[in-house]
Amino acid sequence: MSDMYLVDVSGNLTSEPIRKGFGRGLLEAGKRWDNVVAACADLTDSTQMSLFAEEFPERYIEIGVAEQNLVTTGSGLAAMGKVPFVSSYAAFMPGRCWEQIRTTICLNDRPVKLIGSHAGVSVGPDGATHQMLEDLALMRVLPNMVVLAPCDSVEAEKATLAMALDKRPNYMRLAREATPIITTDKTPFEIGPAYVLTEGADVSLIATGTMTYQALVAAEELKKDGIQAEVVHVPTIKPLDAGTILASVRKTGAVVTAEEGQIVGGLGGAIAELLSEEQPAPIKRIGMRDRFGESGAPDKLLEYFGLDARHIRLAAHSVVDKK
Amino acid sequence: MLKKLPLAQLETIANDIREDIIRMLEHAGSGHSAGPLGLADIFTALYFDILKHDPKNPDWPERDILLLSNGHCVPVRYATMAHAGYFDRKELMTLRQLGTRLQGHPERKRLPGMETTSGPLGSGLSQACGMALALRMDNQQHRWVYVVMGDGEQDEGNVWEAAMLAGKEKLHNIIAITDRNNIQIDGPTESVMPLEDLKAKWEAFGWHVLEIDGNDIEAVIDACAMGRAIENKPVMIIAHTIPGKGVDFMEYDFNWHGKPPNKEEAKKALHELRTLGGKIKGEHE
Repeated sequence: MSDMYLVDVSGNLTSEPIRKGFGRGLLEAGKRWDNVVAACADLTDSTQMSLFAEEFPERYIEIGVAEQNLVTTGSGLAAMGKVPFVSSYAAFMPGRCWEQIRTTICLNDRPVKLIGSHAGVSVGPDGATHQMLEDLALMRVLPNMVVLAPCDSVEAEKATLAMALDKRPNYMRLAREATPIITTDKTPFEIGPAYVLTEGADVSLIATGTMTYQALVAAEELKKDGIQAEVVHVPTIKPLDAGTILASVRKTGAVVTAEEGQIVGGLGGAIAELLSEEQPAPIKRIGMRDRFGESGAPDKLLEYFGLDARHIRLAAHSVVDKK
Repeated sequence: MLKKLPLAQLETIANDIREDIIRMLEHAGSGHSAGPLGLADIFTALYFDILKHDPKNPDWPERDILLLSNGHCVPVRYATMAHAGYFDRKELMTLRQLGTRLQGHPERKRLPGMETTSGPLGSGLSQACGMALALRMDNQQHRWVYVVMGDGEQDEGNVWEAAMLAGKEKLHNIIAITDRNNIQIDGPTESVMPLEDLKAKWEAFGWHVLEIDGNDIEAVIDACAMGRAIENKPVMIIAHTIPGKGVDFMEYDFNWHGKPPNKEEAKKALHELRTLGGKIKGEHE
């Protein structure tokens, strides 16, 4: 499996915003399936829906700045057999319209495809209002909802096609800034599994979204420290692939989780819940610790808030020492 | 499809539905009284005349869609569906009990023919927009999407977001009916949060607006027929209704918005409904 991933951490990887992969995936989904439709709340270009909107104007709806209406119109479209992708910035959707998602999509069980772009502190200069950190928690707590956070644009493209065929409500988180591409066209992707990217016996680095690349870099650095880290990429945060995660932790006995969001309720919360019931082990969670972000350059912010390979490496030492 | 019935028979059905609402609510011990009673004429008109539907085939692909946006009024829909033949009337007495298909607020997945899940207010019209857009994409505009909404519900911003979208897209196969009964939980709508000039508001959002007596079954049928003839705009029917209609001590009283009758009150209400307010001697007595 590992050879399906590019684990070159020398900085020679191509980078691209994850959202670009969504844009390509949606266009392709539109070409393959007539019932795929899309709607956006005045951010068509930013969320990369513009490719689809230009190709299929009759299947595209501009909702205006109205996220409650966006998701609920999506529920109505799904009721009539459409596969609606609806997008905005994650701060506004699901941020602005959680109850509508809960009632008209999850309880109502309509397969609306929610796309939350520009998540995480790496949104950068726009500041805390636009840096969504709670979306994974908000969506993960909802019955029936599937929650995805791809690690790069190639995976996001595959995830978009998989979403179009999935019969459940889905949420997918995307990021604004360029992220190194670590998967290839040959890398497997399905909704559900977690993927072991590199194997190791000493510590499990369990990461999602933009932080998966950081975990790979940390694993390389940890080799120099004599620690063999196993990197587990979790593109599907819900339902969680308990089997793969527990197998890794049984082997390593120590865990670091990493995500670009609040550690409460997101991936870190999900892993801690799973392990505390099934396989207690020393754990450190890398993520935002009960605070908001602020304006700044994306790389500076990630370093400032400890959301990078260096901090994952330090956390790995700390959990390995506790074994 | 049900056979169309003469007006007098529809009025009798509406009255029977009111009796069932009282029985259901009294048995359940909780729920909303005023709204469902006020809506009985509108729901009778919808299920027994206006809607294209088949109680024996609730998923009929050619059916019209009826959304109940103010989900708390669902007892009137349950009672009307039972009378129309969707399920046995006996099931009405399971309202709000563990394991029932008749949840306190409607859940689509539990009951065939319940087109959506609702309760939290303000989201029905947006769903209607999505449905009407899908019908337009599929060249299915001979099908209609009816939405029953509350008036207090229109405090919700989501309603006006949907109003703008329907107006912009000229979704003329949406016919919305506002149950204008002037009450909400905290009091009269015009003191809680004034809605007037409601007609002018909807017109300003690009809607064709009709105003009727919502307790006049024939007026409801006529307004929907007129609404279907409007080909360039969504249609809003502001239906003036009497909350608690048919039960003298409940009529116009906002205190009956959110509570059921107790045993004594139910007995009194049923007597009044059976005798049409003392005008006739009830045959069941």
